[in-house]
Amino acid sequence: MREKAKIIDREGLGRIIVRIGHEILERNRGTEGLCLVGIRNRGVFLASRLAQLISRIENTEVPVGALDITLYRDDLTLVANKPLVRKTEIDFDITDKIVVLVDDVLYTGRTVRAALDALVDFGRPKAIQLAVLIDRGHRELPIRADYVGKNIPTSRSETVEVRLEECDGYDEVVIVEKQ
Amino acid sequence: MFWKRKDLLGLDELTPEEIEFILATAESFKEVSTRQIKKVPALRGKTVVNLFYEPSTRTRVSFEVAAKRLSADVINIASETSSVRKGETLIDTGKNIEALNADIIVMRHNYSGAAAMLARHLSISVVNAGDGWHEHPTQALLDIFTLKEKLGRIKGLKVAIVGDIAHSRVARSNIWGLTKLGADVVVCAPPMLIPPDIERMGVRVTYELDDALKDADAVNVLRMQFERDGQDAFPKQLEYFQNYGITSERLQKAREGIVVMHPGPLNRGIEISSEVADGKNSVILQQVTNGIAVRMAVLFLVAQGRERLGEDSCKARPGD
Repeated sequence: MREKAKIIDREGLGRIIVRIGHEILERNRGTEGLCLVGIRNRGVFLASRLAQLISRIENTEVPVGALDITLYRDDLTLVANKPLVRKTEIDFDITDKIVVLVDDVLYTGRTVRAALDALVDFGRPKAIQLAVLIDRGHRELPIRADYVGKNIPTSRSETVEVRLEECDGYDEVVIVEKQ
Repeated sequence: MFWKRKDLLGLDELTPEEIEFILATAESFKEVSTRQIKKVPALRGKTVVNLFYEPSTRTRVSFEVAAKRLSADVINIASETSSVRKGETLIDTGKNIEALNADIIVMRHNYSGAAAMLARHLSISVVNAGDGWHEHPTQALLDIFTLKEKLGRIKGLKVAIVGDIAHSRVARSNIWGLTKLGADVVVCAPPMLIPPDIERMGVRVTYELDDALKDADAVNVLRMQFERDGQDAFPKQLEYFQNYGITSERLQKAREGIVVMHPGPLNRGIEISSEVADGKNSVILQQVTNGIAVRMAVLFLVAQGRERLGEDSCKARPGD
């Protein structure tokens, strides 16, 4: 793995969160019925950052949940190369809510497909919207994000790595070349 | 780590890390059973065959529920109604099930080592649901899971196992699992129900119940299998209850929060009093609930392990 370019630094990431937070509020006209669900692992941290920001702006708490989509993947061989299945924690009812699904990188769309399947097992939301930090293209399914931090054209031989303070110790997004 | 085994045959062969891995996976699966829709598609399109050569309701139902919550298809075969009656060998039965393109066999058998033998002859996964007096790994895993959930750890715990140790696969699997994770285990029973050399498994032996319960954080009460009465030297029921039955009076001498476990089915008034079985120390029904999560984790992991092995063997034989 060779690091090719740093695309977003700490300050840039902070600004993106602020913008997406405002976009979510603008589009949904406030926090009425709004909740956030992050996809494990890094989507969960992004979701809590967005929730904190939104509650600061609007002075009201927004529920945040965590979703592990391992059990909803369409390919067990892919799953087999993943480590531990982690907990799904959605301790509020999502029926008739507007659920903003949050993930770090949108690529083929298969993770989001699995997340949609998982979410509807928890209830019948009024709407599901998708927020991602990076959209790197190469979709294999008809899925698009409602809120995008940054569009980054990539080749399939590259990967986008999002690093967040909560799990990596610092904030940045880099492109690395697979070897 | 990654899970690499296609079978779960016993806790004896697992590393402490592997046991912890199953427990951690089970923690994630527990949440699925609390949902309104208690089902995930993880094993959709997979077939699980429950092959039971001994009568069992709770273990079979628990595996069946676990498989169904993972969206697998489940087929139950009980030996009384199958061609085993017509003299088919175990391996032939296994190969026939494999030929049906089933993915996992969950087997209960009255011979120790039966699951291991079947696993050697088949490329599909085998999960041991109890083999003779040898092991009952998922029961021990759910006991340990429940204990960990209740007390927050296993390392350093003092656990007493009381009852027919000699004929108990539950005891053996528990001893392997608990000692590997760093618990201190004491076994307690009348002398004729303690196998010789059991100390070699790293446990302490006592014939006095009060001694076993003293300082114990938990007691696992085994079912007295009085259907074995008449064989060997077997204690009489009342005599057993007086000397080894877990009662409120006994527990008063033990630690206040001592956790009482029992694999079921209960013989009330023989190995445990109703007061204790239904009392505040008892986690017996939590064990049943946790059994689902543990068995979901096991089915999921062995299915995954088989996929991984398949992959590895492809890499090992590139010319094939």
